[in-house]
Amino acid sequence: MDFEVLVRTNVTWILALANVILKDHAKAEDAAQLAFLKIHKGLDQFEGRSSMKTWMYRIVVNEALMIRRKDKSREESLIDAMLPRFDKNGCRFAEETINRETGETILSKKQQQDEVQRLILALPDQYRIVLYLRDIEEMTTAQVATVLDISEANVKVRLHRARAALKKSLGPFLAGGKF
Amino acid sequence: MTAKVGSIRRVLNGILFKLPGMITCAQFEDFIVAYLDGELTKEELRIFRRHLLVCRDCKRYLADYERAMKCVKDMSDEIKSDLADVPEDLVRAVLAARQK
Repeated sequence: MDFEVLVRTNVTWILALANVILKDHAKAEDAAQLAFLKIHKGLDQFEGRSSMKTWMYRIVVNEALMIRRKDKSREESLIDAMLPRFDKNGCRFAEETINRETGETILSKKQQQDEVQRLILALPDQYRIVLYLRDIEEMTTAQVATVLDISEANVKVRLHRARAALKKSLGPFLAGGKF
Repeated sequence: MTAKVGSIRRVLNGILFKLPGMITCAQFEDFIVAYLDGELTKEELRIFRRHLLVCRDCKRYLADYERAMKCVKDMSDEIKSDLADVPEDLVRAVLAARQK
């Protein structure tokens, strides 16, 4: 495939993925550019062990994470407080609903989407990236495991924690029927 | 009062969940991803559904979990339709960098 066609066909999803990892548009463009150079260099050696797209995902994730790790100001939030709790018999403690505001008007569709996006970006890196690849890019567990070089069991654990944390963050909206 | 009722229910459930063919809420939690991916065996699915029948906390939890996933899906569909525009500046920068 002509390289320019390859760039045009893939640039939007590559930039979106880099944005989710880096949460900074300028850095995401740098990551996308570095990833395309790696893809260009590696095209001849691409051995087809995984699909072409999975291979490209892996390059983009690695380039973005390398930039992310250099960012000294990045702060990782903890996810534990967002996960469900159980008593000594393994019974669930029902999650309390926090009413942020009363008399709030129903959110517009755009506001809902912005809120979901904001909450996803607030998740720690390892959970946010898995959630994005599985639930937004709609990759399989096996593909995500290949891209991130982790086991499928680990993908499932991270995915579940990410969804559980997001569910808790969205709690007031889900309970109030605002979504 | 509500907290006391909740606590009594948890004690009763604690006993119920130890019966053969039953699972605890913590074990139910571990099955959720496989359940939604359709990966549970027939027997696991029976046990999972049996827990849902008797545990209203997990029933509510799973319903909210699925609604949260739907929120992500709705947002995802929307942003994908917004991604149609190719960022020309970036394309030009990539093609120029390749020639260096």
